[in-house]
Amino acid sequence: MGKTIIPIGPYHPLQEEPEFFTLTVEGETVIDIDMRMGYNHRGIEKLSERKTFENSTFVVERICGICSTSHPYAYTRAVEDIFPMEVSMRSKYIRTIIAEGERIHSHLLWLGLAGHFLGYNTVYMWAWKLREEILDVMEILSGNRNAYAMFKPGGVRRDIKPEDVPLSVKKIDSILPTLDMIKKAVLDDPVLHARLKGVGVLSYQEAIDFSALGPTSRASGVARDVRKDSPYGAYQEMEWDMIVTENGDVFDKAVVRILEMFEAAKIMKYCLNNLPDGEIDAKIKDVPPGEGIGHVEAPRGETFHYVKSDGTNRPIRHKVRAPTFMNLPTYKATVKGQTISDATIILAAIDPCYCCTERIAVKDAKGRMLYDGKDLVQLSREKTAKMKRRMGVR
Amino acid sequence: MSLKLKALLKSPWVFHLSTGSCNNCDIEILDCLTPRFDLERFGMLLVGSIKHADVLLVTGSCNRMSVERLKELYKQVPQPCLVVAVGTCAASRGIFKDSYNCPVPLDKIIPVDVYIPGCPPKPEAMIAGVVKLIEKVGGAK
Repeated sequence: MGKTIIPIGPYHPLQEEPEFFTLTVEGETVIDIDMRMGYNHRGIEKLSERKTFENSTFVVERICGICSTSHPYAYTRAVEDIFPMEVSMRSKYIRTIIAEGERIHSHLLWLGLAGHFLGYNTVYMWAWKLREEILDVMEILSGNRNAYAMFKPGGVRRDIKPEDVPLSVKKIDSILPTLDMIKKAVLDDPVLHARLKGVGVLSYQEAIDFSALGPTSRASGVARDVRKDSPYGAYQEMEWDMIVTENGDVFDKAVVRILEMFEAAKIMKYCLNNLPDGEIDAKIKDVPPGEGIGHVEAPRGETFHYVKSDGTNRPIRHKVRAPTFMNLPTYKATVKGQTISDATIILAAIDPCYCCTERIAVKDAKGRMLYDGKDLVQLSREKTAKMKRRMGVR
Repeated sequence: MSLKLKALLKSPWVFHLSTGSCNNCDIEILDCLTPRFDLERFGMLLVGSIKHADVLLVTGSCNRMSVERLKELYKQVPQPCLVVAVGTCAASRGIFKDSYNCPVPLDKIIPVDVYIPGCPPKPEAMIAGVVKLIEKVGGAK
């Protein structure tokens, strides 16, 4: 049977973001997948290098609207890593609360969209209706539905008022029964079992080989979570479980995300109830020369930021690595051998976020790629050498 | 008022186009269609093809890759088509004004009827914007 190439995108009704896939199919079976990116590239890293350390927080917040906590969190941790400093316990707790709230709303968003991709719009509407409640909590705590602007190097920008705490806890408690109902409805639904079990399997070894992150790896049995492996924030203060399942199919990825929401609600409630007193801002004056890394567990996996400072008030280099960047290549393992009708949900299963991922795009006027991987490594080495010369290092 | 325009105002079908946004506005547009806000009760429907659309919702800061595609899509849309710039990025490029990959604002590329600022605009703001759009076109007769 001959091979056919099916293009998906860049502006496809099912996709919220522009991205372009080519599926090579033989009959109904997908035998290969390739993708082109660059539709979302905005030059964030370069933009961040032109802003001060404090203002860069707002730029990295706009990397992605759904991970609008993870990126500032990783960035502030990277800046705080440049020189020895201590962030107050209260601001750590507040950061944890916001990060976990984001996890709940992001997973609910994914659950809804997954239902939408399956043609199961009831799940979509339920999940998004429930998501509004958690957005209300975030609005009470931070003043915004998305893009919370709570982070700054050295602490948080806004304090949580004591009178908001009982209201937020009550609201979180009120969504738990509905969440439980959705959990049961999704996990016991024979239609979803038939549609998702054994589809798009990422094996344990493949998850390790591809360095998959976040729920994508945890669904394949790889217990990998920055919150446990290299604890930050207030995650050491309370008991919570890392959700790990074995099968690695789309159903298990859904299970991991659904169960994680309960853990996130638990963490949020603990932090709200045990909010310590103290300053919320360490008031950083100057950032000395040096380099720092920061990583946090975003809803999709590990977000990694690297910041290099030369002693001025701007980062001289800022590098972002989003979790989707590591999870995208797993498509090569999961989509192959599946049918086209299953391909959409497999592509959605890693909870891809393309605007996080698009850090570089080099094209000529006709849209051809100008550099390959080897050239980029070469360019990166040259730039590092140039920066070292300028800063007088070695 | 032409029959087409009258029908358009009765039930505006929207097509949503992301030209390099951060997802926030796109998610809030979808939020408008889900139970809390439920724009479908006013006859608004998110459609999958530009050829079915009456209103084009543009989000994002128009990067170099998407400018060409935006122009191409605008050629295909059946007129009259109303263009709504959702979010600060689409309205004025906002924080991405200095970016090398966002050369021109949206309204230099295609004519824009309504701007809805905000990062991201709340669903209420979007609903207010669409109501203003309908008033503007309906009032012109």
